[in-house]
This record gives sequence, C-alpha cells and structure tokens, in this order.
Amino acid sequence: MEAVILLQWTFNTLLGLGLLWLASRALACPDLFRAIVLFVAFGLLLALAWVSLDAPDVALAEAAIGAGLTGALLLAALAGLRSSETNEKVAGQPAKEGPKVRPPQWLPVVVLLSVAAGLGYVVLSLPPDAVGLSAQVAASLETSGVSNPVTAVLLNFRSYDTLLEMVVLLLALLGVWSLGGTALRRETAPGPVLDTLVRLLVPVLILVASYLLWVGAHAPGGAFQSGSVLGAAGVLLLLTGWHLHAGLAALPLRLALVAGSATFLTMAVFTLLGEGKLLEYPSAQAGTLILILETAATVSIGVTLAALLLGSPPPNNKDHT
Amino acid sequence: MILIDYLSGALLIAGAVFFLAGTLGLLRFPDVYTRLHALTKADNVGLGLMVVGLAVQAESWTAAGKLLLIWLLVLLAGSSVAHLVAGGALQRGIQLWKR
Repeated sequence: MEAVILLQWTFNTLLGLGLLWLASRALACPDLFRAIVLFVAFGLLLALAWVSLDAPDVALAEAAIGAGLTGALLLAALAGLRSSETNEKVAGQPAKEGPKVRPPQWLPVVVLLSVAAGLGYVVLSLPPDAVGLSAQVAASLETSGVSNPVTAVLLNFRSYDTLLEMVVLLLALLGVWSLGGTALRRETAPGPVLDTLVRLLVPVLILVASYLLWVGAHAPGGAFQSGSVLGAAGVLLLLTGWHLHAGLAALPLRLALVAGSATFLTMAVFTLLGEGKLLEYPSAQAGTLILILETAATVSIGVTLAALLLGSPPPNNKDHT
Repeated sequence: MILIDYLSGALLIAGAVFFLAGTLGLLRFPDVYTRLHALTKADNVGLGLMVVGLAVQAESWTAAGKLLLIWLLVLLAGSSVAHLVAGGALQRGIQLWKR
C-alpha cells in the first residue's frame, strides 16, 4: 500500500511540475507556432490532472475543447496572421510608424501577482473541512431524471448556468464573424491519405458524439463533450476542403447555431408558465426533457465550434448570384 | 488469477520498454524522418502491448472491445499523421539525414 501511495505522489508531483514548466515555456516562447504546440501539450497534461482528481467529465471537456479545438482555432488564427503579414509586405505598406506607446513591462506582472496572491489567500482561508453540496445533490438525484450527478447539476439543478453558457458561445461566434475575416477555404485536394483518414474518422466521430450524449445520463459525458467531438469532425471536414452546400449556408446553418439556446429558452418559458419556477422540470418527465435539451445543445455546440474555425459566415446563394 | 496478473504485468512492462525506446529515439535521432520512425513504431507496438495487457484484465468483452478500438484509432491517426508530417517536411525541402 505504501508503494502505491508513493507512486501516486511521485506521479502527481511530476504532473504538477510539468504543467508549470509547460505553461511558463508557452508564455515565454517567442515563436508563436511553438507556443501553440506547448499550449496543446499543456491542455493534455491538464486533462490528466483532472483525471487524477477524479473529475473525468472536466477531463473530457478539457482534452476536447481546451487542447483540441482551441489548438485548432489558434493555429487557424496564426495562419490568418501570417497571410495578412505577407499581404502587407507585398502591398509595400510599411508597418505602422509613430511612437509606440507601450505600457510598462512591470504592470502586468504586478496585476497578475496581486490576482495570484488574492486567489491564494482565498483558497488558503477556506474552511478545511467544508462539506460542499455533494450530499444535497446525492439526496435529490432521484428526482433529477438522470443518475450522473454532473449532468444532474448542469442540466437540472443549475440549468440556467448551461443556458447562459449556450448564449455565451453564440455571442462568441457572432463576435468572431462580425470581425469579418476571410473565410477559411482550402481549395487544394487533401491527398489520398488525409482524404481516407477523414472519410474513416468522421462517421466514427459522429458515433462517438452520439454515444457521449446518450451515456451522459449515467456516466461521464454529456452535451459539451459530445458537441466538441462533433465540432472536431466539422473542423476535420473544413480542413480537408469540404464546404457547406450553399443551400444550407443561410437559414439551416443559423437554425442549427441557435437550436441549443432556443430550446433552452422555450423550456424556460414553459416551466415558468407551468410550474412558476424557471427551468424546474416535473420529475416524471425530467429525463426526457434533459435528453431533448442536451441533443439540441450538442448540435449547437458542434456547429458553433466548427463555425468558429470558419472565421466568417459561409457564402450562401445570394452571394453567388 | 495470479497467472493473468503476471501476464498483464509482463505485457505492460514490454509496452513501457517500447515507449521508452521511442522517446529516446525522438530525443536523440538526427532529423524529422528518423524521429517519426522511432515515434510511430513505439506508439503502435507500445500502445498495442499496453492495450493487450489491460484487455486481459478487463471485466467484460465490451471493455476489451473499447480498448481495442482505442488502439485501432490511434494506429489510424498515428500512421496518417506521420505520413502527413513527413510529406510536409519533404515539401519544405528538409533534406534526408545522411551520415
């Protein structure tokens, strides 16, 4: 038994030190591409740390969104940055002249140190034997309609949090799209290897996404993990030159983007009118209602994450004519 | 029971040896192509041994099937990505290492 504890202690120490080292390297690295690769590695180690803390739901989300999709978004942004730089050089416009007003270097350091000190003070001043809410969650788990406590909290007890998260995701996409970058388009053929890989992987990813959505009711999984797997399938397709059929680019795409938020809001209005309480479901139908909400949220999350990589609204019929 | 424990222990250690060799190769080999060679061999065989070592301990056939699926997906992704990295390196004109 001693040996197992020692082994775990060693592993966790190495994990923590590795995380700190990767984070500092990612921040200090002057080469942006290398910094992104370090950030992705940081995300994967962080997912391992969540597994070590017995939080597989968070670990799944961190690996899929924090490491995978954020990494893809950062790489796409880097590619956009490089192409705009070369365009400026070709056009012969010199970089903006004039006195650069740079804030002093010590300022962010002081701000970050004070934030870190404040956080550390708060964490250290927590009562050592806090009970938390897990007993309350376990007590009312039977009425929630699902048996996975994480899903019960996210989709039932505090589903307004998830409602707001859906809206935040939508707002993020609107922000990115309204910046009006050029849409990511890959016209070259992806080549036989990548083509075959994507043809094999995309059906598997859709299957995995459906499985994660279904299994979320009683095991780690759920809308965000499932949606990010769906988003990864979309990213793969976009990177290999697939583009949305022009007829689907206008209304159907927008419907898919708002499906999650719209279903949540409809559910909120109905529960408010029926029971007088926001997003409080009758316990007999709770399981079904949660599955409907999660399905709509999964579609929206997947489509939104893929659309974020796209960078701007895809061209539709009107643009072509 | 004991026999199965020894079997999976031996398989896991053999897998770890492959991972160690692959990591050494990744750190010590001279160019991108030879590093890819070391990495993919280690990942494929090392992970395969790990998966078999865990699968003999699995509680059900579904659990063993999921482990096998992980290995197949990593094989698929790993070999394709190695091909893409090598192709990209050739396109950029990175020379093959010669002694």
